[in-house]
Amino acid sequence: MATRLLIRAYILGYIDGYSQLQMPATLSNATQQITLSARNLTRSFGKRPVIHDLTLELKRGEVLGLLGHNGAGKSTTLQMLTGCLLPDRGEIDICGISLQKNPTIAKAHIGYLPESPPLYRELSVEKYLLFAARLRGMKQDAVSDALTQVLQRCGLEPVRSKMISTLSKGYQQRVGIAQAIIHKPDIIILDEPTVGLDPAQIRDIRHLIRELGNTGSVILSTHLLSEVESVCDRVEIMQNGRLIYGDSSDRMQHYGEVSGFTISLRHPPALIELESISGIESVEQLSETEFRILHAPDNNPGSALLSLAAEKGWQLTQLTPLHATLEDVFVRITSEDKS
Amino acid sequence: MIRLIAMRELKSLFSMPSTWFVLAALQFIFAWFFLARLEAFLEIQPQLALLANPPGVTSTVGAPLFNTASLLLMMLVPMFTMRLIAEERRNQTLALLLSSPVSDTRIVLGKFAGLLLFLLLLIATLPLMLYTLSLGTQLDHGLLLANCTGLVLLTASYVALGLYVSSLTTQPIIAAIGSLAILTGLWLADIGAPSADSPWHQFSPLYHFQNFNSGLLDSSDAAFFLLFTLFFLLLTARRLHNNRIYG
Repeated sequence: MATRLLIRAYILGYIDGYSQLQMPATLSNATQQITLSARNLTRSFGKRPVIHDLTLELKRGEVLGLLGHNGAGKSTTLQMLTGCLLPDRGEIDICGISLQKNPTIAKAHIGYLPESPPLYRELSVEKYLLFAARLRGMKQDAVSDALTQVLQRCGLEPVRSKMISTLSKGYQQRVGIAQAIIHKPDIIILDEPTVGLDPAQIRDIRHLIRELGNTGSVILSTHLLSEVESVCDRVEIMQNGRLIYGDSSDRMQHYGEVSGFTISLRHPPALIELESISGIESVEQLSETEFRILHAPDNNPGSALLSLAAEKGWQLTQLTPLHATLEDVFVRITSEDKS
Repeated sequence: MIRLIAMRELKSLFSMPSTWFVLAALQFIFAWFFLARLEAFLEIQPQLALLANPPGVTSTVGAPLFNTASLLLMMLVPMFTMRLIAEERRNQTLALLLSSPVSDTRIVLGKFAGLLLFLLLLIATLPLMLYTLSLGTQLDHGLLLANCTGLVLLTASYVALGLYVSSLTTQPIIAAIGSLAILTGLWLADIGAPSADSPWHQFSPLYHFQNFNSGLLDSSDAAFFLLFTLFFLLLTARRLHNNRIYG
């Protein structure tokens, strides 16, 4: 009997080892796995429709940026995806589990940072994060490891035993992110994660989000074009409750590109003189010494302009490439839609 | 999960200075009242001893003490219940609970259990004070048990009502005033009712506590408290669910 048990254990162990050997293959399949899919979401508040027929899909290992103005419906969409708000119509599947039918199982796969971080200010950072981890269904013995890891990842070690109410806004935001990722969810949903942070903190957090996107999938909402460019693989642009454009972040950037620059010249020449340089399409005088120059995308007159400026003593003090604003991208996309 | 949420509730309560202040003040009032009743009892005891069937120390000191506690709790419980959901909504921490893999019923039960546990700690000193008397005299354990049971059930019903009112609003102070108004209203309807068999008595938790207070364990009173508590807990869970529908 005992030997039989031993053999069985051995076989089981062997199978375990075998499945571990197979892990890399299954992992590479998993990169294409769809973690979140929302179909035909519709939602209105009272009689005011907010979200119209929104369909969204997210794959593992992907960072999706939800871009739009304030009031475009980004936060409402994210609230629906996390189960904080029920859609009027439509379905949401989290890792293949229906959020409406099995909310408690599905929600265990989500980490969510709302617009304002949900912090119990009277608790210490450590206690709060432990509570968040256990609330998301983590086992007691796995929690302390997860805590050390997340404290280190979010740079919270120096403040681990401080009360949350005494922390600065930047640290509070980091605690908010930490509570969303401590239980290592498959889907991380961040609502404007970098709002109110200083530039160094923004850089750190973007780096962290990029890292998170390698293992799970991330959705983040923002109204900053640059955030999407630096962090996201894919972008969905939202306007008035509709997704008006969705593409890879790289391809979206071509919408963001404007061929042109602004220059400042200490001794500016006549406008006609600038316009006559080959490649320049139009020149607009912004002030006495500043000009906005637009050119064809494939013909950059920058070097010609530089050498001319040196030759004629215009004294170039500044040359800045133009960046499109979200507004420009919207205009381009919507005008392209119409045509 | 219920325990986790209850423990979080307790931790937050004990990390606030005002909680400790209320705890201290209330113990002081309880002790003051206890000593005053005891002094009065010692004064009239010689006369009582002449009676054929004299009332004991439990019914002359214990029962009034519990009666006072029931009235004090009516005013005090709304101060604690007001924060339960209204403050979470105001601080926008409700999103953490709503997006967690926990059902609405468990959230409600967790909050209810957390605060009830705290209040039980608070009223646990009442029987302790009375049991110090057993050093010098014999206590009526049945009467004490009935009073304790009644007070626990009464507190539970207060908490359930306060929890529901707290789930209706974003402002804790409105929740406090709301539940205080309802509890006082029920109490006034009870003591102001014209006849002894008026149906108004039946709605008041304090009326149902009177039987417990006089040592009478009536299953209909117990059933009232259980139904009252359950009714408001269910309403609260319903309200949390509606939160997801109406935003």
